[in-house]
Amino acid sequence: MTTYIIFKLILVLVLFAVTLGVAMYATYGERKVAAFLQDRIGPNRAGPFGLLQPIADGAKMFMKEEIIPNVSNKWLFILGPCIAITTALLTGAAIPWGNVININGANYSVQVADLNIGILYIFAVVSLGVYGIMIGGWASNNKYSLLGAVRASSQMISYELSMGLCIIAIVMMTGSASLNDMALQQNGSVWNIVPQAFGFILFLTCALAECNRAPFDLAECETELIGGYHTEYSSMKLGFYLFAEYINMFISAALISTLYFGGYDIPFVNDGDLSTNLAATLQVITMLGKTFFFIFVFMWIRWTLPRFRYDQLMKLGWNYLLPLAILNLVWTAVYVMFIQPLI
Amino acid sequence: MSTLLFYIFSLLTIVSAIGVVVSKTPINSILSLIATFFFISCHYILLNAQFLGIVNMIVYAGAIMVLFLFTIMLLNLNKDSEPQHNNFVKVSAVIASGMLLIVLLSAFKDTININHNTLAVVHTNQVGLLQNLGTVLFTKFLVPFEISSVLFIAGVVGAVVLGKKEIGE
Repeated sequence: MTTYIIFKLILVLVLFAVTLGVAMYATYGERKVAAFLQDRIGPNRAGPFGLLQPIADGAKMFMKEEIIPNVSNKWLFILGPCIAITTALLTGAAIPWGNVININGANYSVQVADLNIGILYIFAVVSLGVYGIMIGGWASNNKYSLLGAVRASSQMISYELSMGLCIIAIVMMTGSASLNDMALQQNGSVWNIVPQAFGFILFLTCALAECNRAPFDLAECETELIGGYHTEYSSMKLGFYLFAEYINMFISAALISTLYFGGYDIPFVNDGDLSTNLAATLQVITMLGKTFFFIFVFMWIRWTLPRFRYDQLMKLGWNYLLPLAILNLVWTAVYVMFIQPLI
Repeated sequence: MSTLLFYIFSLLTIVSAIGVVVSKTPINSILSLIATFFFISCHYILLNAQFLGIVNMIVYAGAIMVLFLFTIMLLNLNKDSEPQHNNFVKVSAVIASGMLLIVLLSAFKDTININHNTLAVVHTNQVGLLQNLGTVLFTKFLVPFEISSVLFIAGVVGAVVLGKKEIGE
C-alpha cells in the first residue's frame, strides 16, 4: 500500500512536470511551425536553434510589471487565471499514458487514477474551466474582455454538446467510460479511427473550438477585441491563461490519441511479447509521439485556416455539427449491433 | 478518513450555501452557488456514487450555472438597480420558507434512527457505479426513466418554440 501511494505521488509529480514542460515547449513549437508554414526561420537567438526561447519568455513573464486595474473586482481578477490553470492541470490525471509497470513483482498502472467514469471526469473539469475565462473577463471591467468572455463561454457550451455525442459513440463502441478500457480494447485490434472516422473529424473540430484555438479563437480575436478576455491581464497572470490554453491543447491531443488512435498501443507490435517494463516504456513513448503529432495538427490548422465569423461559428456548431453528431451516434449503434458481430 | 472528509465537505457546503444568501453582489452569490454544487458533488463521490457526482458537476456546476453567470454578467446588476421588495412580500417569503423547513425537518427526522449497519452498506455497495446504474435504469426503473425522457423532449420542444422568431418579425 505504501509503495502504491509513493508510486502514485511520483507519477503525479512527473505528470505535473511533463505537462508544464510540454506546454512550455509547445509555445516554441508553435512559433517554429508558424515560421515553417510561412517560410520564415522562427526563434533562433536564445540557445541552439532558439531552444532556450521558452525559458526566456517565462523569465520575461515573471519580470513584467503586474497591473490590476483600479475599477476591477480585485479578487475575481486574480481568481480567473487560477481557475484556468488549475482545471487545465487537473485533466491529465485520468489519461492512461501506458499500461502497467512492474516494480518488485507488483503491477502499477501508468495512470494517476483509473476512474470508471474517466471520460466524464475530463468533461466535467473542462466544463468548470470555462469559469476561469468568464470570471477573468468579467472582473477586468472592460467591454472587450466581457465580450471575449461571453463569446468563449457560449462557444464552449455549444460545442460541448457535439463533443459529448462523439464521446458517447466511443463509449458505445467500448462498453465502458473508463479511458484505460478504451485504450485496452483497441490494443491489438482495429483502432477506433476506422469505424469512427467521421466521429473523429467531428471531435477534432469540437476540440479546436473547446480549446479556443484558431480558426475558432473568437474569444481573443485581436482584430475585433484587442486581446479578448485577457486584454487587461499582464505579467504571469496573462502567462497562466496562455499556459492553460497550451495545456488544454496537450490534453486534447492526448484524448484524441486515446479515443481514436489506440492510446498507448504500439502499432504493428504485439505488446504481450515484450517484458512488462519495456512494453510500458515503449507505450509511454508511443502515446507521447501520437500526442505530439496531434499538437502539430492543431498548429497546422491554426496557421492554415482563416478565422470564422462569430455567426458562422454558431451556425456550424448548432446547424451542422450537432445533427451530424447525432447521425454518427445512429451509425455507431448500427455498427455495434449488426456489423461488429460479423468481424 | 471518509468521516473526516465528510465533515470537511459538509462545512464547506454549508459555508458556501450561506454565502449564496448573504453576499451583497449577485456575482458572488452565483460563485458561491457553484462552489455549493461542487461540494455536493464531492459528497456524492464520497458515497461511491461517482456517476451522479460527475453528472451533477457537468450539468449543474458546468452548464446551468454558466447560463446564470452569463445572464448576470450581461445585465450587470448592482445594488442600485436591485428591486426593493415591500414588506408583504418579505413576510410571506419568510412564512413560506419556514413552512418548507418544517416539512423538510419532519421528512428527515426519521433518518436519525437509521442504525449504522445500513450506513455501512451505503458506503460499500457498488450501485452508484456507471454499469450498475445503467442496468438498474434499463430494467427495474425502465418506465419512469422513459417517461422522464419524454418530459425532457417536451422541455426542448418548448424552448425551441419560445425561441423561434415568427415569420415576418
